[in-house]
Amino acid sequence: MHIIEGFLPIEHAVGWTLAAVPFVAIGVRQVGRQIRRQPELRMLLGVAAAFAFVLSALKLPSVTGSCSHPTGTGLGAILFGPLAMAPIGAVVLLFQALLLAHGGLTTLGANLVSLAVVGPLVAAGVFRLARRAGASLALGVFLAASLADLMTYVTTSVQLAWAFPDPAGGFAASFAKFAGIFALTQIPLAISEGLLTVVICNALARFNPRELQDLNVLGRREARV
Amino acid sequence: MKGRTNLALLLAVVLLVVLPLWLVERPDPGADGKPGEIFSGADNQARDAIAAVAPDYRPWFSPLLEPASSEIASLLFALQAALGAGFIGYYLGVVTTREKFRRQADRATEKAEEGGGAH
Repeated sequence: MHIIEGFLPIEHAVGWTLAAVPFVAIGVRQVGRQIRRQPELRMLLGVAAAFAFVLSALKLPSVTGSCSHPTGTGLGAILFGPLAMAPIGAVVLLFQALLLAHGGLTTLGANLVSLAVVGPLVAAGVFRLARRAGASLALGVFLAASLADLMTYVTTSVQLAWAFPDPAGGFAASFAKFAGIFALTQIPLAISEGLLTVVICNALARFNPRELQDLNVLGRREARV
Repeated sequence: MKGRTNLALLLAVVLLVVLPLWLVERPDPGADGKPGEIFSGADNQARDAIAAVAPDYRPWFSPLLEPASSEIASLLFALQAALGAGFIGYYLGVVTTREKFRRQADRATEKAEEGGGAH
């Protein structure tokens, strides 16, 4: 779930937009370069984008009694690096902001930073750390995708708490309130996203082992052709 | 083996989605007598929280286009999911067919080699 249209003060809206723009711009260039160098990766990039499309369209019920949706950005970040997801996240967010009145144009920058920058950075970082620590592909993918999903909404809570500090308790009280709404709701959804990302990665590892090796997702010995 | 693992993972996701529907009870009706809302969007709950923290805040921009009704909204969400799922289905179709043909080709060459050895 994104921050609703108009619900960030104008200086926050402008600030987050300025913060998000360079990530999207660098992401576009980086993805373009990678596809020109290795055109055979186009299909996998399509799968990563499609995965984000599906998952961010599914509003799921949670144990808190409210609904939210996963992000689907972990997969692409694991495969293509964190910046690749910024333009894909921008497409998803623009679609929802323009046609669905979900999220918004004035909150696009803030939503981009949480969903398309912080989430993917967490996914790529956690995946690399887990793999270096000897985790299997499945465990690394699960941890990366679910923590990315969760941290996206922790970021949303930080953004709202910063814009709307509690008159009595300040930032901390406000953060607790927004995290209770966004992050708590997200926990079971983040687990679901982690599991679904493992399923799709199993398919990729089976059918595209060589591409996954090229992307340093799969080790040489792990790929069985 | 791998197929069974994937099935178990998908089953776990279904359980994670279905269990809240069953476990969470509808909150009591509010003071105004309206039935309590359940499974509303977290974004709308955040909007209410903003109203509680900063009662003077007025949103300064509203969506350019709003779906005419919740039915139209679910149509567009379904469209978004269908586009993504469609592509993933296309990918799986392509790669499974490719693998099938590769296996058939391997078997054909094996047979040809065996046939060659008999002569």
